[in-house]
Amino acid sequence: MSDLQTIEAARRLTGKRSCFIGVGRPSTAAILARAVHNPELVLVYESGTIGAKPSRIPLSIGDGELAETADLVVSVPEMFNYWIGPGRVEVAFLGAAQVDRFANLNSTVIGPYGSPRTRLPGAGGAPEIAAGCDEVVVIAPHSLRTFVDELDFVTTVGHGDGPGARERLGFRGRGPTAVVTDLCVLEPDPQTREMTLVQLHPGVGVDDVRAATGWTLAVAETLRTTVPPTDSELATLRELEAR
Amino acid sequence: MAEITTLTEAVDGLVRDGDSVALEGFTHLIPFAAGHEILRQGRRDLELIRMTPDVLYDQMIGVGAARKLVFSYGGNPGVGSLHRFRDAVEHGWPHAVEIEEHSHAGMANRYVAGASGLPCALMRGYRGTDLEAHTQVETVACPFTGELLVAVPALAPDVSVIHAQEADRAGNVQLWGIPGVQKEAVLAARHSLVTVERIVDALEPRPGGVLIPGWAIDVVAEAPGGSQPSYALGLTQRDNDFYRRWDPIGRDRDTFAAWMDEHVLAPVRS
Repeated sequence: MSDLQTIEAARRLTGKRSCFIGVGRPSTAAILARAVHNPELVLVYESGTIGAKPSRIPLSIGDGELAETADLVVSVPEMFNYWIGPGRVEVAFLGAAQVDRFANLNSTVIGPYGSPRTRLPGAGGAPEIAAGCDEVVVIAPHSLRTFVDELDFVTTVGHGDGPGARERLGFRGRGPTAVVTDLCVLEPDPQTREMTLVQLHPGVGVDDVRAATGWTLAVAETLRTTVPPTDSELATLRELEAR
Repeated sequence: MAEITTLTEAVDGLVRDGDSVALEGFTHLIPFAAGHEILRQGRRDLELIRMTPDVLYDQMIGVGAARKLVFSYGGNPGVGSLHRFRDAVEHGWPHAVEIEEHSHAGMANRYVAGASGLPCALMRGYRGTDLEAHTQVETVACPFTGELLVAVPALAPDVSVIHAQEADRAGNVQLWGIPGVQKEAVLAARHSLVTVERIVDALEPRPGGVLIPGWAIDVVAEAPGGSQPSYALGLTQRDNDFYRRWDPIGRDRDTFAAWMDEHVLAPVRS
């Protein structure tokens, strides 16, 4: 996994008010964003801590430091009913075991639901977070295992089956605005809503991305190249990981 | 007024084979000591309810105490899989476990409905997902606006168990830090048990403290360190190393069984 994936995800939080985060890479990216790009960023963890200011990367979303440094700590019903559902949190970082071309996500099972080959943890907060937050940034490793033509289970709706899907379902948020991987960035085509290759990390070619994607990938006419990590980004990331 | 007793007597008096039992605590204040006592007393055929099964339900499922699991996120937070949970679902070991899964928002609203004495709760959610077809939810139209919403059925466990920092001698309970759904779980249940780090003469109000009056609780039992390897904010620390160490223990059936025999199921020596 590349540092650049974490660093690129963090850059997406420049100028944003608040970010909802799970554990792992999303948490690292959001803490990095607060340290480098956006000191006012409000970090919101599913455990109920709003405005947490962790000095190191927490192992769990309920680590004591998150509660001790938060602006407020709320119950789970309050988190989902008052803060997530009505769209009071701007950006959500989500991961998944499978991602499809419309950035719908599977975190439930690999194989048939009744007799799964791999039982995954399940939905957690993701379905309602993806429905309610203004935008979703999906963070996932780029491989054929993850980027599949058809999900084994739709845990979380991204852009559904394409244009108008979110509106028909009554979702208030805009849905996934980017999928940030260790190879590239995909963004939804304004017309088709299909996740389209728009940006390559340095040294990665279009064919590398195609080979790691399980559907016929749409590619933008002009491709951007991800800005290499700055000294400050890299140094801060290293420092966070060392704590 | 809650009865104050020992953990052994509390579990013996409240939890029966076949009961639906919710042990709540969202990462923080997970009632490990009470769960382990349920296992030591050999309770079986339980419907285990919990938003995040965590290592505690991995242990209870692996020992064979669960008939059914009602949950919304079955992972080892920050580490990976719950291997005993996976083994039960994927291979039916030590026996098959029925599962009913929801989203966090769904589970939270089910507890709210239960605590409110309502048959269901209304929310936005589930729509467009495959969860809709595999769990208990129904689409209903709002009678005022016509908007399509989802109804989730109330949770009303036979017994809810939570852990808190303190109780006074009348069984009034105070917890602080991440409050999870503990208050809702207690108020939704037919019977409730609260284990506490310590019993004090008088509760001192804490910022963000959640108070549950003793007359709304059946039994309070002292269990110092009773949420370890989870934690009680201000009193104990989350044992993150244990959560990492659990991965190889839980991964192997024999290693798991030996670990449980040695650390949980053997009679407690105090």
